[in-house]
Amino acid sequence: MFEGGIHAVAGVDLEVADREIYAFLGPNGAGKTTTVRMLTTLLRPTGGSAQVAGFDVVKDPAGVRRAIGVALQEAALDPLMTGRELIRLQATLHGLSRQEGNLKAEALLERVDLVDAADRQVGTYSGGMRRRLDLASALVHEPRVLFLDEPTTGLDPVSRRTIWEEVEDLNRDGTTVFLTTQYLEEADQLANRVGIIDEGRIVAEDTPGRLKEQIGHPHLEIKLIDGSPEEAEEVVGRFGKPLPRKDGAVLVELEGGAVKVAPVVRALDEAGLGVEALDLVEPTLDDVFLEKTGHHLEPEEPETGEDE
Amino acid sequence: MTRTDLRVIGALGARSVKQTFRRPQLLAPIVVFPSILLAIQTAGAGQAVNLPGFPPVNSFLDFMLAGAMIQSTLLAGNSGGIALAVDIEMGFTDRLLAAPISRFGMVLGRLAGTAALSALAGIWFLVIGLIFGVHINEGVPGAIVMMLLVTLSGLAFGGIGAAVALRTGRASVVQGLFPLVFVILFLSSAFFPQDLLTGPAATIAQYNPLSFIVEGIRDPVISSLTWEVFGKAIASLVLVFAIGIALSSMALRRRIRMGG
Repeated sequence: MFEGGIHAVAGVDLEVADREIYAFLGPNGAGKTTTVRMLTTLLRPTGGSAQVAGFDVVKDPAGVRRAIGVALQEAALDPLMTGRELIRLQATLHGLSRQEGNLKAEALLERVDLVDAADRQVGTYSGGMRRRLDLASALVHEPRVLFLDEPTTGLDPVSRRTIWEEVEDLNRDGTTVFLTTQYLEEADQLANRVGIIDEGRIVAEDTPGRLKEQIGHPHLEIKLIDGSPEEAEEVVGRFGKPLPRKDGAVLVELEGGAVKVAPVVRALDEAGLGVEALDLVEPTLDDVFLEKTGHHLEPEEPETGEDE
Repeated sequence: MTRTDLRVIGALGARSVKQTFRRPQLLAPIVVFPSILLAIQTAGAGQAVNLPGFPPVNSFLDFMLAGAMIQSTLLAGNSGGIALAVDIEMGFTDRLLAAPISRFGMVLGRLAGTAALSALAGIWFLVIGLIFGVHINEGVPGAIVMMLLVTLSGLAFGGIGAAVALRTGRASVVQGLFPLVFVILFLSSAFFPQDLLTGPAATIAQYNPLSFIVEGIRDPVISSLTWEVFGKAIASLVLVFAIGIALSSMALRRRIRMGG
């Protein structure tokens, strides 16, 4: 609770398993960053309790800080430092010797493909390069848990994809990742589990697949070139629940998902019905968000979007 | 304090020095402005040494050198505060607060940098002074005392700058203290002998800790080293340092409580 009685976060109850990627999905102002700041000991909670890597965030903040790596929103990097200097400084902050710091800097700069830019001041880096450097600096002490606060906000698709691949690699190497995002695709692509947060509360939490299943199965949209819609509905009704027609297209909910598409097509063909177009529409996390919160998730891009 | 803490303070201090050399607007107040003011004052007011009550000196530059040095360290403290506030504004301090280090190490690192910059500025003014004919009565030991007091001044004034930066978190507010630095300077014996000041200025200068510090730096140049003057300078520095550290500590605790 902030001064003035404002509850930024209330009713957040979550558990992230070891080696999991957990995505906190929500719009700006939902409470994502406040939660991360509390879990990373940057903000002392006024109520409740939390443990990170087995350490209590209030009783043993030093233990938490030793176990975590943090890459905060908008890459808090000194534009006057070089990439190499930043990683060396981060190594010193985590108690590594000068020699260890130098070796780590070399390895991490290579890992995030910044060797050529290592001795340039960060102020000359693009947004994607800054994010990669921020990520590298968070890894200097090989943290058990990595916190990424909106790691790709404002990045172009290529840079975003690069960060995702790096996060997936880290997770494969055994790092638990807690990330916040306002991008549905990011949560869907990266996360083992997603927590949807709105107005400081978790409104839904599960794997992306199960969350989408909760609001319905994928449905098939069929546009006919030959034959009556009624006849087509009778045929596809054998495979799932028919839905109201949309723009003349026949709709059917497919409980079996994509594997049922081929049998449906064969059945329509056997019934002599010509198909002009066929589209399998999967529920999205936005549908889940809409269902749970009553409004769509519309990411807000920073005004100064960066490209490489 | 552990060895790691000392390494962190050293690393943050080194960063602070590099940052100043890479950002001209931070370096200018420490070296350029005091050098220009020193040049203007010595060129234009040299006859002041003939005023009745002016202490006996070889040249006006001998007298003014300590003033330039203390001006430089005051502005170094202010620049250090601005740099810390910029760190807060851009979120760099979060990086330090999220690391397993003593949180006050962040402030001590900045102060170490300010002290190092003050020492460098002190050497600059000493060299300039010697080139233009300053004679240090107490020779090398006198110069060492001067450098010691200049370095400690940076540390002390840096604490005040850090306290304002931590309390406000805004570089523009710390920058707003810039004119105040000159008010404090002119209400001390930095640029005028205390005996020549009159009215409230004389009274304020008499109790202004800055006057004691300046006299401590000036004494080895124009007079001789005395334990009394040196002791008063050190006591004044300890007072300013203690105030700066106490205020910084309170401001940092508040900032952490409020979430950085």
